[in-house]
Amino acid sequence: MAVPEPFTGTTVTSPVRHHILSVLVENKAGVLARIAGLFARRGFNIYSLAVAPADDSQRFSRITIVVDAQSAPLEQIRGQLNKLINVVDIKDLAPREALERELLLATVSVDETTRPAVLEAVAQANASIVDVNEGAVTLMLAGTPTACDALERRLEGFTHVELHRTGRVALPRLSAVPTKN
Amino acid sequence: MQLTGAQALIKSLEQMGVDTIFGLPGGAILPVYDPLIDSSIRHILVRHEQGAGHMAEGYALATGRPGVAMVTSGPGATNIVTPIANAHMDSTPLVVITGQVPTANIGTDAFQECDITGITMGITKHNFLVTSADEIPRAVAAAFYIATTGRPGPVLIDVPKDVTQATMQWWWPETVEEYDLPGYHPQSSIDDAGAAAAAELIAQAQRPVLYVGGGVLKSRASAQLLAFAERTQIPVVTTLMARGAFPDSHPLHLGMPGMHGMYSAVTAMQQSDLLITLGARFDDRVTGKLDGFAPNAKIIHVDIDSAEFNKIRRADVALRGQIDEALTAIDAKVINVGDYAGWWREIKGWQEKHPLAYDPQEENVALRPQAIIEAIATRSAPGTIVTSGVGQHQMWAAQHWKYEEPGTWINSGGAGTMGFGVPAAVGAKVGRPDRTVWCIDGDGCFQMTAQELVTARAEGIPIKVAILNNAYLGMVRQWQEMFYDERYSEVYLSPDLPDYVKWAEAMGCVGLRARTMDEAIAAIDQANQINDVPVVIDFRTDASEKVFPMVPSGATNDEIVVHPSQRGN
Repeated sequence: MAVPEPFTGTTVTSPVRHHILSVLVENKAGVLARIAGLFARRGFNIYSLAVAPADDSQRFSRITIVVDAQSAPLEQIRGQLNKLINVVDIKDLAPREALERELLLATVSVDETTRPAVLEAVAQANASIVDVNEGAVTLMLAGTPTACDALERRLEGFTHVELHRTGRVALPRLSAVPTKN
Repeated sequence: MQLTGAQALIKSLEQMGVDTIFGLPGGAILPVYDPLIDSSIRHILVRHEQGAGHMAEGYALATGRPGVAMVTSGPGATNIVTPIANAHMDSTPLVVITGQVPTANIGTDAFQECDITGITMGITKHNFLVTSADEIPRAVAAAFYIATTGRPGPVLIDVPKDVTQATMQWWWPETVEEYDLPGYHPQSSIDDAGAAAAAELIAQAQRPVLYVGGGVLKSRASAQLLAFAERTQIPVVTTLMARGAFPDSHPLHLGMPGMHGMYSAVTAMQQSDLLITLGARFDDRVTGKLDGFAPNAKIIHVDIDSAEFNKIRRADVALRGQIDEALTAIDAKVINVGDYAGWWREIKGWQEKHPLAYDPQEENVALRPQAIIEAIATRSAPGTIVTSGVGQHQMWAAQHWKYEEPGTWINSGGAGTMGFGVPAAVGAKVGRPDRTVWCIDGDGCFQMTAQELVTARAEGIPIKVAILNNAYLGMVRQWQEMFYDERYSEVYLSPDLPDYVKWAEAMGCVGLRARTMDEAIAAIDQANQINDVPVVIDFRTDASEKVFPMVPSGATNDEIVVHPSQRGN
């Protein structure tokens, strides 16, 4: 069941105006430190960050950065990032233009009385159970940030053991023409 | 041809046309110092690694070619961090080579190990840790390419000892493609529509000002600037980093803007309706309180670094590219300019009311530092290069010396690095041995890096140093006098400790002292006649002298404080 995506640029867990930068970098030692250091010294806030190889050659990596666009003008963030020699390309996506997805993994304690409710939450969120034992289940949701927010909120009523989210990755929507890339 | 990594490193520097390295050897860089013996490259052995970095900066700023410094790992590398930061702030092209502990020892807290690429990440344009000898030629070629193109800056190459000891088959990257820099595209071309939009704003302006920054020197655009200014008759201001980009003697020149700028330059910017900003970055020392800066001015912003656009002040027209090309493009589009007669009448009024001023030198009182600078300026050869440290003496040297050509004023602008002057003068003299080089220094600054006069004497580099000795950290003293109720805290240095004449003599220099104007003139003339060894003159100056005009920190430029003799004008 698809959850409508917000068009305001805000979600429950990120109540600031965010923007997504998809940054292609050379896969060299220290590149992530260069980017993190730049954000730190310029006072730009990172909301989430996901890094993975961008191609089979291992020459490039893709870093998806969700930035707090209120901490600094996006133009400044882009401009300063672009000055890093190892940054090859920057695409920026406004939330309304982006198809965003995120992975949530959570292990929840269950007993006879709570198990049905947890399973119901999993079913309603289109999440899946990936591991179980007598006292706990581990569930997974790959979905929109909003869907992950909703599931996280719902799980607050249960005894969490652990909940991890990956931070989002994004691509331009096929139905939208990006304003800048 | 089989070479060691060390031989390849020196050969790569030779390939880049390097004629001078400023450096100091140590354990991790030892292998590289061996092939240096057989190289055509001159090595200047400094007494402290900070000196090597500032010398390389002075060399770069005097010649327009990148400065090269080489030091060892650990403390050798950290000692050159200040010059790297300084070069980063002032966009000076440097290539700094640091030794590193052997690759296998990296990360083990080995002797003289430090993560210099990590430390300098935020203060270099780029840095490299070279992990194989084969990569040395590429790293060197790429470092020079990055340091000198686009917005120039410092590049550091960290070379582990096992890499310089290993052997490699010599090769050389002949094309930029072989530098393997897929993310670096310094080439630019001026946007035609942008140039037309700039011309349109110029055509509409009634009170334009050419706001000239250091980028004009970096892109060697002085000739285009002169032609454009003369054709349009638009007044020119040159920032601290741009002194010399436009002749001080030219009637269109209002001088330096900013915290200690000329009243007419500061006020013309405040009252302007269009700032044609060329390679300048709206530094806080120029704008004063930003909210009140040039409130009615539209902005044309030309810069090679597009990240400067809208960083501090929103631009109405932003044009990325080299300043010379941009000026040519705009010049071609500007057909009509306004009638600036009224604007110039106002400016002339400010110039007459508030010229640069200081109390006249009287008999039997301590020397006026401004009078000393003017005396050196008038009694030294045309084209003399001036370097300075940071503080009052720097501001007076920027105000009272008349700069007529690019590369004659060398100082630490963005970083404000005390102690810059002496080593920068050494580097400038190495790069331009045909020029007289004077360092206008303060007594506080001199004490920070004076040991490089030993280098200067040993290497036969005859610079001249004028210490404006007021026995104080003068700029801090001035702030304490004006803004801290004359509560002087930790600013007194003593005029006699150290004894600057004896110190100069101990370093193999000629040491002179002047307490009166007659002695000062005699000492200056004597210094200008000495061309084999460095000269140091200890000028005893008045500690109560302050730099005016002054825009107090946090005030708008409208609140500029003029010299006491002009208050009420």
